[in-house]
This record gives sequence, structure tokens and C-alpha cells, in this order.
Amino acid sequence: MSERWVTLAALAALLALPLWALAADEPFTITLATRAAILALAATGLNIALGTGGLVSLGHAAFFGIGGYAMGILASHAQTFAPLSLGPWEVPGTQSMPVIWLVAIAASALAALAIGALSLRTAGVYFIMITLAFGQMFFYFATSWRAYGGEDGLSIWVRNGFPGLNTLVPIQFFGLCFAVLLLAMLLHGRLIRAPFGLALDAARQAPARVLAVGLSPYRLQLAAFVLSGAITGLAGALYADLNRFVSPAMLSWQMSGELIVLVILGGVGRLAGPLIGAGLFVALEHWLGGATEYWHAWLGAILLAIVLFARGGIVGLLTGQGDRRG
Amino acid sequence: MAEPVLSVRGLTKRFGALVASEDVSLDLAPGEIHAVIGPNGAGKSTLIGQVCGTIPPDAGTVRLAGRDVTADGAAARARAGLARTFQVSALAMEQTVLQNAVLGAIGAAGRPWRLWRPALSDRDAVATAEAALTRVGLSDHAASRVADLSHGQRRQLEVAVALTLAPKAFVMDEPMAGLGADGSRGMTALLADLKHEAPILLVEHDMDAVFALADRISVLVQGRVIATGTVAEIRANAEVRAAYLGEDA
Ligand SMILES: Nc1ncnc2c1ncn2[C@@H]1O[C@H](COP(=O)(O)OP(=O)(O)OP(=O)(O)O)[C@@H](O)[C@H]1O
Ligand SMILES: [Mg+2]
Repeated sequence: MSERWVTLAALAALLALPLWALAADEPFTITLATRAAILALAATGLNIALGTGGLVSLGHAAFFGIGGYAMGILASHAQTFAPLSLGPWEVPGTQSMPVIWLVAIAASALAALAIGALSLRTAGVYFIMITLAFGQMFFYFATSWRAYGGEDGLSIWVRNGFPGLNTLVPIQFFGLCFAVLLLAMLLHGRLIRAPFGLALDAARQAPARVLAVGLSPYRLQLAAFVLSGAITGLAGALYADLNRFVSPAMLSWQMSGELIVLVILGGVGRLAGPLIGAGLFVALEHWLGGATEYWHAWLGAILLAIVLFARGGIVGLLTGQGDRRG
Repeated sequence: MAEPVLSVRGLTKRFGALVASEDVSLDLAPGEIHAVIGPNGAGKSTLIGQVCGTIPPDAGTVRLAGRDVTADGAAARARAGLARTFQVSALAMEQTVLQNAVLGAIGAAGRPWRLWRPALSDRDAVATAEAALTRVGLSDHAASRVADLSHGQRRQLEVAVALTLAPKAFVMDEPMAGLGADGSRGMTALLADLKHEAPILLVEHDMDAVFALADRISVLVQGRVIATGTVAEIRANAEVRAAYLGEDA
């Protein structure tokens, strides 16, 4: 099967499941599909840095959490009608998703710019450790940030709104998340083939070559890292909205690890990798998690099998091209 | 002699106690092939690294087309017109031959920031890339993955990517390395032709190729240039024969 078909089939499956659930009146399944879509979006962001850029970031939970807190902070001010004071300015909170998304994207992109600018001066294991360290900084900051719930996190009473939709209806919120995921995957797919993706991919494989043709691997990778962080941040805002809750757990290193696991399960650098990884993850979490507390051990076993026997993840298995990207 | 395209003065580089370059000076004139020869570990690749901006020298200057580029990084020097090939091929192995060449054209045009339109729909870049591939004889393999190429084809691709930059000077580190007799002959013919496009600073171990191609030769031994001259002068130079050619001359 060609990679394009795998991608389309995965998207079709994600779309069909909640539509079936709607007909069968199984709202919880719609929520599961929404969760999968949002995690897939977060992992698609990571996949741009990790897969296409070759940047193993163990700090992407920072962007996920920043997006989550952007939503939590704006919405909590809106629901208490207390304006947010930013130094000399006072701005009102908001329950509007488009505004929240823009803030989430801007804040996580800014954080990614700062973290990336410093981390990309290192490579390999050092890069992993320094991104982990930055992630932990944000985690500990959030746990001690009393104004916004500290360790307990922050609850939102009503889901935020989107013009023209009733986001409280599960299928409508799913549709919104699915559309955003589709856009992100489309962007990633275009980017891989565009000059930027070509240069970024070359910077991963042969940085000396990229320099020798007059391009800066550092700048290419920094741009990829910022784009990656922004997409993961947007996913964070949606995730918090799905749960109507944000807490430091979204910023934990376990969250970063989980995103990496999703990408590896599905297929590093493969367009549909994050989606398939997230789908499998949510399904396992639901079925195995209901049967045993130790479902993570099963997930670990699957991950081990994939890493050992299927280097291109599930997408690689399906396309029969574990060693090359489509 | 005409104003040199590339002019190196007093380059010195130490790795701890080891002096890899000691006060190296040389020029590359328009239209010439200036070969740098020397035994293993003489400091040839280190010299190239300093010329191209990947290794910072401890002392000395590099001028390209009359401009001092010593403070510039490798990317800036490439944009200024210095095209390098590597002793060990540095190519994106998972990409196709055409993609590697297009990357050169994209770099030369300074246009890597496009996120939406496919690189292979950039007609100018693809035309530049295809012309370079045709020039080195790789046009039949444009769609092959670099990982599937033979060693010799990768050496050709290295030259093709350098060509896409339309450079002011080529700097080549052992382009014949690992080529068979046929491959060497082909590469020799190619370089003899390329020097009319831009002069070549050529590091090479293959003496037949060097003697066939070089307009001038500099001999590097333990980081020092012990002689510079025409092929005939270098062949006749006693010190060179003792230090280097003595092995097989
Ligand atoms: N980064 C480095 N750190 C320490 N020593 C180095 C470094 N790079 C090169 N050297 C040493 O400097 C000397 C010159 O190396 P260089 O690679 O320039 O030689 P070369 O003339 O290109 O050799 P060859 O013909 O084998 O390619 C060698 O002794 C090498 O071991
Ligand atoms: Mg060398």
C-alpha cells in the first residue's frame, strides 16, 4: 500500500468511528475519537521536529502545556469576569476558541523559539537532555503557580465556543478537532516536499552538505522547532478544552515521552504516523486500561516490537517500506 | 598574473601540539587547476576546511574575489561563490539524486523558506539541477535514491551539487578517492572541462590525475607548503621527491 493510501485510510477511519458512534448513540466513543485526534495533532507537531528535522525533543510537553494553560488562563478570567493584568495593560479573558488558539500558538511558538535557540547549539543526547530540562522548568513553574491552581490545576465550567458551532455537542467538537488535524497534516505533507522540507531533511542527514550549499542547518532546524512547538501548543489548547481542565500533568516529561511514543508507534517522519500512533494508543488505553492497571506494560511490549522489527512504525509495516519514507 | 579568485595567506591551525597547517599561503588564478598534494595526514583536508569556513584558523586570511571572507561562516562563503566537494561524500542519502542537486540550486538562490509549493515544481531550480546532472553524466539516475548509487556515482553527484551553485571557485577534496581507473579517467575529463567555468583548488592523491590536470601544484608536508610550481618543476624538485614522490618516483 502506498503511503498516501495509508494516510487517507487512517483519516477515513478516524472520521467514520465517531459518525458510527453518533448513529449508535455512543457519545463516549466520540470523546475517545476526539482525544485521538487531539493527541494526533500534538504528535504531528512533534513529528515535524522529530521525524522530518531529526530533533529528538523530550520537552514537547512544555508546548502542549503552554497551549493548555493559555486556554485555562483566558477562560478562567472570562468565567470570573476578572481582567488579566499584563503589567500596565488589563485585558479581559475570553471563551472564544479562535482567540485562545492564536494566543496558544503565539505563546508556544515563542517558548519554542527560546528553547530551540539554546538547545539547537547542542546535538544528540545533549539536545534530548536540555529539552527535557526546559520542559521540567515549565512543569515546576506550573506546580507552584498558585494563581492558576498550582498542583491542582485549573477547571473550566463550560467548553469554549467557536463561531457557528455548538462545541458542547461532542460530534461538533470532534469535527472541529478533526479539521484542525487535517490542516496540520496537510501543512506537514506540503512542507515535506517544499524547499524548506527538502533542506530540513538534508540538514538531518548531511548537515555539512547543507552548509556547503549556503544554508544554515541551525536556522532551518530552529524554524522547524518553532512550527512544531506551535502545532503542539494548539493541540494543548484543544486538549484542555476537551477535558475542561488543565494541570501540570500536561507539562510533565511523561507527556513528552508519550508524544514520542505515539510518533514511533505510528512511524517517525511519516505523515500518518502520529494519527495511527494516537489511534492505537487511545484504543489500547481504553480496552486494556479497562481490563488491567498494567496496560502500559503491554504498550511497552508493542513499542519494543516496533522498534526492533519495524523501523518505520506501523506506517512502515503497511507500506512495506520500513527503511524509506514515501 | 591576473587577480587571484581565491587567495590564502598565512593559514595556521593547531590541534593541541599538532600543527595541521603552518603558515600556508596559496593562490587560485582564474581558469587554473591548482592541485594540493601531500602524504596522508599532511593537513590537506584541514586546509580545505579553513578555506571553506568549517574549521576556524588560528591565524591567517582567506580572500575570495578580492574580499576578505575569513570572518564569514561556511554558508556565507558558499553564497559568496565557494563550492566544495567532500573527501567522504556528504549527501542526503535518503533523497533522490535530483533532490540533492535541487538542494544546491535552492541554496544558491537563497530560497529555502518556502513551505507550500513542492521543491520539484520550482522550474529554475530543477533546470539548474538537471543541467548539472547532465554535465556530470548522471541524468539517467536523477530519480534514483543516493543510497542506491555506486560509490563513483556519488562522487559525480558531489561535483554536480557544487556545479548548481554556479561558483566563483571550486574546492575539491579528493574527488577521485575510491574511483577505479575508468572512473578516474571520467572525472579527470570532467574537471579539465570544469576549470573553464571556475578555477579548481584540487586536493588529490591520484598522481596521474594531478599531473594530467594541474596547472600548478603545491606540496603540503606536515602542514607546511614545501614547494609550489608547475608540473615539471614539482617533478624535478629534489625536496619533493625525497619527502613525497620518493615513495613511487
Ligand atoms: N579535529 C581534529 N582534531 C585533532 N586532530 C585533527 C583534527 N582534524 C585533523 N586532525 C589531524 O590533523 C592532521 C591533518 O589531517 P587532515 O585530515 O587535514 O589530513 P589530510 O592531508 O587530509 O589526510 P588524508 O590524505 O588522509 O585525507 C592529521 O594528523 C589529523 O589526525
Ligand atoms: Mg583529507
